Amino acid sequence: MFALFAAEEGGGGGLQFPPISNLVEWPNYFGDGTIFAFNKIGLISMLALLIPTGMFLLSKKELVPRGLQNIVEGAVEFVDKQVIQSAIGPDGRKYMPLLLSIFLFVFFGNIFEVIPTFQMPANARMANPIILALTAWAMFIAVGVKAQGFSGFMKSSLFPPGVPKALYLLVTPIEFLSTFLLRPFGLAVRLFANMLAGHILLVTFGVLCIALWQKSALAIVLPFSFATLVGLTGFEVMVSLIQAFVFSLLTAVYISLSLNPHH
Amino acid sequence: MSVLASTAAQAIEFAAEAELNADDAKATAGASSAGFAYGLAAIGPGIGIGYLVGQAVQAMARQPESAGQVQTTMFLGIAFTEALALIGFVVFILLKFA
Repeated sequence: MFALFAAEEGGGGGLQFPPISNLVEWPNYFGDGTIFAFNKIGLISMLALLIPTGMFLLSKKELVPRGLQNIVEGAVEFVDKQVIQSAIGPDGRKYMPLLLSIFLFVFFGNIFEVIPTFQMPANARMANPIILALTAWAMFIAVGVKAQGFSGFMKSSLFPPGVPKALYLLVTPIEFLSTFLLRPFGLAVRLFANMLAGHILLVTFGVLCIALWQKSALAIVLPFSFATLVGLTGFEVMVSLIQAFVFSLLTAVYISLSLNPHH
Repeated sequence: MSVLASTAAQAIEFAAEAELNADDAKATAGASSAGFAYGLAAIGPGIGIGYLVGQAVQAMARQPESAGQVQTTMFLGIAFTEALALIGFVVFILLKFA
């Protein structure tokens, strides 16, 4: 198919996939070269911060919820039931502010992937996920130190009980690596790579649809390609939600592992 | 003297050409190995997620009352399994574009 394009265009051109820097790097709106440089990623991150805050501030606190209050209460209830109760238990309610903020920020950062004129997930740049992951990392260490004391936390996370003494030579470095380095790395890379992969997928099918639109002979497969694009857009909405859920769920699991190490 | 100069110029030209070819070769090798990297990285997690979700469905069918808990654990397991494929995807991006 691609060879056909090339033949029609006389060897050059055809289906041109844009270089990756065109897909994820955006020009600054203002403040070029200073620390106040502000581009699309910054705008989306600000919106992901302001939209949930505004929703919470604007919703009326009535006994029978209506309209906006329904959505807000639904979000709180979802995080409470699916994340906190299932990962930490009833005493995890005090971590609700952190987990709800993470959930909503990640979700609104992701959902801009499918909103026209934005079409870019803020979490497809490594800066956002890495800061969120470091927040989660600092949080579970702080919770562990507070719940078990510094030496107790180190002992329970580096020296798991029920292992023969000689094996600690092998187990302790592995535990250190997996607890303190791979956890934040995994959190950040999971979110980043999922969103980047979804973005590239949508771009690929968008580029394919445009290329097919310009070719009269091959326009017959355009409906299929366009249907796939629409389906993938729906799929990406689901991925945005699942990634926000998984990020907050994993943070909750790490916090609960710091709280009760023997489970 | 002029012979020497022209030889030097030729040597520089050759060197530049060789460097260009080396860059081309590197790009070609990177592009082809990028596909292998992602393809190989997707095999294990693909099997793993299939097995995981299958077992979760079985568990939910046997005990529908514990479906909520099984679902949460399933998402956790998928998140951990999928991480390997995603690292493969990052390697793909690095090999292809960086």
